Amino acid sequence: MRRNYRMLAAGLFLAMVFLLSGCSEQYIVLDPKGPIGQSQKDLIIISTVLCAVIIVPVLIMTAVIVWRYRDRPGSKAKYKPNWEHNTKLEVTWWSIPIVIIIILAAVTINYTYKLEPSRAIESEKAPITIQVTSMDWKWLFKYPGEDIATVNYVKFPEDRPVRFQLTSDTAMNSFWIPQLGGQLYSMSGMAMTLYLQADEQGSYYGSGANFNGKDFAQMTFKADAVSQEEYDAWIQEVKKDAPALTMDGYKELQKPGRSDVQLFSSFPEGLFEQIVTQYVEEGSTGAHAHHGASSDTSKNEGSSKNNDSETNTADASDQHNGHAGH
Amino acid sequence: MWDKIKDFSSEFFVTGDPLILGAQVSIAITMVAIVFILTYFKKWRWLWTEWLTSVDHKKIGIMYIIASILMLFRGGVDALLMRMQLAVPQVEFLNAEHYNAIFTTHGVIMILFMAMPLMFGLFNIVVPLQIGARDVAFPFLNSLSFWMFFFGAMLFNVSFVIGGSPDAGWLAYPPLSGLSGSPGVGQDFYIWGIQISGIGSLATGINFIVTILKMRAPGMKLMKMPMFTWSVLSSCTTIIFAFPILTVTLFLLFIDRYLGAHFFTLDGGGNPMMYINLIWMWGHPEVYIVILPAFGIFSEIVSAFSKKKLFGYKSMVFALMSISFFSFFTWAHHFFTMGSGANVNAFFAVTTMLIAIPTGVKVFNWLFTMYRGKLSFPTPMMWTIAFIPCFVIGGMTGVLLSVAPADFQFHNSYFLIAHFHQVLIGGVVFGYFAGLYYWWPKMFGFKLHEGLGKWAFWFWNIGFYVCFMPQYALGLMGMTRRFNEYNFDMGWQPLNVVSTVGGFLMGIAFLFQVWQIAHSIKFYKKEKTGDTWDGRTLEWSIPSPAPMYNFARIPVVTEQDDWWEKKQRRLRGEADPPEVAQAEQAPLEPIHMPRNSGVPFVMSSFWFIAGFGFVWDWKWMIVLGLGGVIVSMLVRSFTYNTDYYIPVEEVERTEAAARGAH
Amino acid sequence: MAEAIKNKGHLAHAGHGSHGGDHGHGHDHHDQEEMKTFGFWLFLITDVILFGTLFATYVVLRNNFAGGPLGSDLIEMSGIIASTFILLTSSFTSGIALLEMNKGNKKGLITWLIITALLGASFIYLEVNEFIHLVHEGANIGTSAYWSAFFTLVGTHGLHVTVGLVWMTAIILQIRRRGITPVTKRKVNIISLYWHFLDVVWIFVFTIVYLMGVM
Repeated sequence: MRRNYRMLAAGLFLAMVFLLSGCSEQYIVLDPKGPIGQSQKDLIIISTVLCAVIIVPVLIMTAVIVWRYRDRPGSKAKYKPNWEHNTKLEVTWWSIPIVIIIILAAVTINYTYKLEPSRAIESEKAPITIQVTSMDWKWLFKYPGEDIATVNYVKFPEDRPVRFQLTSDTAMNSFWIPQLGGQLYSMSGMAMTLYLQADEQGSYYGSGANFNGKDFAQMTFKADAVSQEEYDAWIQEVKKDAPALTMDGYKELQKPGRSDVQLFSSFPEGLFEQIVTQYVEEGSTGAHAHHGASSDTSKNEGSSKNNDSETNTADASDQHNGHAGH
Repeated sequence: MWDKIKDFSSEFFVTGDPLILGAQVSIAITMVAIVFILTYFKKWRWLWTEWLTSVDHKKIGIMYIIASILMLFRGGVDALLMRMQLAVPQVEFLNAEHYNAIFTTHGVIMILFMAMPLMFGLFNIVVPLQIGARDVAFPFLNSLSFWMFFFGAMLFNVSFVIGGSPDAGWLAYPPLSGLSGSPGVGQDFYIWGIQISGIGSLATGINFIVTILKMRAPGMKLMKMPMFTWSVLSSCTTIIFAFPILTVTLFLLFIDRYLGAHFFTLDGGGNPMMYINLIWMWGHPEVYIVILPAFGIFSEIVSAFSKKKLFGYKSMVFALMSISFFSFFTWAHHFFTMGSGANVNAFFAVTTMLIAIPTGVKVFNWLFTMYRGKLSFPTPMMWTIAFIPCFVIGGMTGVLLSVAPADFQFHNSYFLIAHFHQVLIGGVVFGYFAGLYYWWPKMFGFKLHEGLGKWAFWFWNIGFYVCFMPQYALGLMGMTRRFNEYNFDMGWQPLNVVSTVGGFLMGIAFLFQVWQIAHSIKFYKKEKTGDTWDGRTLEWSIPSPAPMYNFARIPVVTEQDDWWEKKQRRLRGEADPPEVAQAEQAPLEPIHMPRNSGVPFVMSSFWFIAGFGFVWDWKWMIVLGLGGVIVSMLVRSFTYNTDYYIPVEEVERTEAAARGAH
Repeated sequence: MAEAIKNKGHLAHAGHGSHGGDHGHGHDHHDQEEMKTFGFWLFLITDVILFGTLFATYVVLRNNFAGGPLGSDLIEMSGIIASTFILLTSSFTSGIALLEMNKGNKKGLITWLIITALLGASFIYLEVNEFIHLVHEGANIGTSAYWSAFFTLVGTHGLHVTVGLVWMTAIILQIRRRGITPVTKRKVNIISLYWHFLDVVWIFVFTIVYLMGVM
C-alpha cells in the first residue's frame, strides 16, 4: 500500500513537472530545427521506447509482488522459503536484457557512424565554414570566407550546412546549440569539425557545456539562422560598420573576463591556425591544424599534434599572464 | 612584524566572506567545546586507548561511519547552498568563484569522503562477523587505512578556511586544474587530500580481499558466502585495480604543478586529454566500487525480510563479478563528445550497455526473492523496496546516456546530473542507509526508532523525486551543469525552484535521522537477542554488540545462510551435523588478539603534516612530515610485541554477561 | 618450528586448532605469516598497475620533445647497461640470501643481504649520477613532456629501490637481533619478492625507455 502511495506521488509529480514547464517548446532538445538534432531526437525516442519495453513491466511487477506477498494474517499467497533457483526463469531474464541490448547496440552503432560530427551533411549547397574559439569566458566566431568575426553571437543562412571548426585558446569547453544538434569539445591545440544545419529560420540558444573556470556561466550566445539574402546583407553591414579585429584587439579579447556581443569587419589572417598551433614549435612538422574527428586515430593525432611542439615563448608568456588574473 | 603576520594570515586564511567567517568561528567554537568536554570529563585517555589506537574492526567501522555522516552533512550543506543559488539566479547569493568551489567540494566530499568511508565502515563491521572471523586479516593496516582516510579528508576540508577551496570541478581537468588555470593552493589541497586518503582505500582493498579469501570459518566455501561478502570481494578487487591509476594521475598532476613538468600542460608537449582518460579509468570503476556493496546489502535485506533464500545465488555472483570486470572498459563514455571518432565511441557505447545486462538480472533476482516470500517492512526493507524503482529508472537513463550519438545532446546537461544522482542516491545512499538500519543493532546493541525512521524515509524519497525529476526536464531544456546563474529567458526557473524545494526536503530528512539517532540513544532499549531481524547469516548468531573477539568459538559452517538453517533445524527438532555440534561444544581456548597501536594515528598525522607542507611548499614541514612517516614505519617494523591472548576466564565472563541478558 | 608458526599464526582462529583436522578445508590453515605474504602479492598487483600507468604515459608522450633535446642525444647507454647488470646481480644475490636462510645460516643470510643492499645502493648511485648528468646537459623534468615522463618513470623505480634499501637495512638489523624466526623469515621472503619485482620492472624500463627510446 505504501508503495502505491509512492508510485502515485511519483506519477503526480511527473505530471506536475510537465504542467509547470508549460509548453513543450521549452524542451529545446526535443524540438530540433535541423537534420542532426532531428536524428538525435529520433534516436532518443527509439532508445527510450526500447528501454521502456523492459522497464515498465519491471515497475509493474515490483508493485504487484510487493503488494501480493506482504506478510499479513490470512494471506493466501504462496510461501516457498527454499525456492531459490529456476533455470528457465533465469535464462529468461538473462535473455530479455541481452536481446534488448543487442537491438539497442545495433541502432547505436549505426547512428554513431551516421552522426559522426565531422561527417559532412548532404546538401546541394556548399557548406559555410565558421571557426569557433572558446576563450576565457567568451566565444569568438570567425568567418574565413567572409572575413568577418563576431563574439558571443553567430549568424548563418538557413538550409545550408555549417561547418564549425572548434578550438580553444584556454581550457577545454564544449560547443552546444541544442536545437541544431549535439555538442563537441573545443580543445586547445586541436581543430575539431562539427557539421550542423538549421532547417528553418530562428534564433537558437547556444552555450558552452563544459566547465572552464570562473565565468563559465557567461559563455552563452545566440545563434541566428536567417535567409540567405538576410545573411548576405548582414555580412555587408558588418563589413561596413564594424571595427576590424587586430592582433592587439585579439590580445585584449584573450584577457579573462566576460564579453558582450561584438562584431568585427575583419580579423588577422590565419588567426585560427595560429591559435591551434600556438603550442607547436615554429618550423616543426607537427602542425596538423585541420585534422578532424573523422577517424578513430584522431586522438593519437591529437597527441602527436603536440608531439614536436614547443612553446612559442611569446605566446606562452601571454598565456600565463592571462591566467594570473584569476 | 605585525604587518608581516597580517599579510601572511590574509593569504593563509580565507577572508572577506561572511559565510566563511561564520564557518571559521563555528569551527573554532566546536573545537574548543570538544577539547573542554574531553578535559572536563577526563576522557582523553579513554579516547586514546579505546578509539584512536584501536585495531578492532568494529570500532574502526564505527569511526568510519561517524566521519562519513559528518561529511554527509558538509556535502549536503554544499548542495543546499547550490540549490539556493539556482532557485534565485538573479540574486548573487554565491558569486561565481564560491559556486565553483562549492560544486567541486560537494562532488569530492560526497564520493570520496562520504560514500567511500560509509562503505568501508560497513565492510569493517559486517564482513568479519559474516564470515566467522575474529578480525580482518591485517588489523594494524586497517587502522592505518582509517587514519589515512581521516587525515586526508581533514586536509581536504581544511582548505575551506585555510588557503581557499579547490574550484576546478570534482575531477579537476587540466589545464584548468594546472598551475596556469588554478595558481592558488586549493588544487594542492585537493591533490593531497585525495592522495592520502586514496592510499588508505587501496590498503583497505587489499585487506578485505585477504580477509575474505583466507579467513572464512571452516566449511564456508566461496559459494556459501553471504552475498554482501561477495559484493565486498568484487568491490575490493575493483579497488586494487583502479586506485593505483588515481594515485599516479594525481601524482603526475602534482608534479606538473610543483616541479613544472609537462604531462598535462598545453605547452611543452603535454597532453591534457591524457588526464581525462586516466582520471576516468579510475573514475568509472569508482562508481561501481561504491554501488556493488549496495547491491550486496540489498541482497541480504531482501532475503531476510522475505524470509526466503536469495533467488539465483550463482547468477548474482556472476553478475557482481562481470560488472566489476566490465567497469574497466567503459571509461570513455564520459567523453563521447571529445571527438575520438566513431569506432571508439561505438566500442565504448556497447561495453557500457553490456553492464546493463548483469545489473538487470540482479533486479529480477531481487524481485523473485520476494516472489512467494513473506514480506515485512521495517525500515531496512523500506529502503530496499524504494531502491528498486529508483534504480531501475536511473539505470534506464544511464542506458539512454550510453547511446553515444544521443549523448551529444545529454552530455554535461542536467539530464546527466539527474541520472548520476539517481543511481548514486537511489542506489548507493539508499543502500548504505538500508545497511546502517539493518546492522545498527549489531553495532550498538539497540534498534533505531522505527517511527522517526519512517518519517526520514518518506522525506528522503519524496525529496529525492521532487529534487531530481525536474532536473531531467531541465536537461532537455538545454540547461548545462555548473552554471551559477542564468540571466536569459529559457524558462528554467520554475523547475529549479521545485528542485530546490526537493533538496530541502532531503535536508529535513537528514534532520529526522539525527533526531532518530538522538532519540534512540536517549530512550536506549537493549536489544537482547542478538538476532534482531530473525537473520540468516553468522553475524546474527552472536550477541549485540559483538564482543571484542566476535566468536567465542569459531563456528563450523555447512550451509549457505548457515544461521537460518541452524534455526530451522532446531525448529524441526533435528540435530546439528556432528562437526557443527563438536565445534559448538569444544572447550573455550585463550583467544589470540592483535594489540592496539598508536602508530597508525601518528603516521597518518605525519602524512597530514607532509601534505600540508607540500600544499604551501614549506620545505621544513615536508621533511618533518615524510621523516615522521618513515620513522613510524620503522617503529612498526621493529615492534614484535603485536598481539596477546584473552584468557579463557575472561571469555567466559564476557559470554555469560552477554547471554545472561536473555 | 611448526609449533612456532602455530603460536604466532592464529590471530584470528586461535580456537580452531582442536577441530581443524576434522574437516580438512584448504583455507583452514590461514596463518598470519602466510596471509601477509598473500597480501603482499596483492600489493604487487597494485604496483604493477601503478607502473603500467606510468609506462602508458611514457609511451603516449615519448615523442613530445617540444623542440628540446632528444633522449638519444643525452643518455649514455654504457652507464645504463652497467647499472642494469648491477641490479640483475643484486636480484641473484638476494636469491642466494634466501637459500642461506632456508639452510638456517644466519650469517650467510646477513652477508648476502648486505651484498644485495650494497649493489642496490650502487644502482641508486649510478642513477643519481645519470640524472645529474642529464640536468647538466639541459634536460630536467620541466624541459618537455618526454623528459617529464622519463624522469617520473625512471625516478619512481629508483624511489622504489631506495625504499627497498631502507627496508632491507631494517630487516638485516632485525635478523641480527632475533635470528631466523617465522616472522623474520616471512620478512625476508617478502623483501626478496619485492626486489625481484623491481628487477622485472627495471627490465621493462630498460627495454621500453632505453633500448626502444634511445637506441
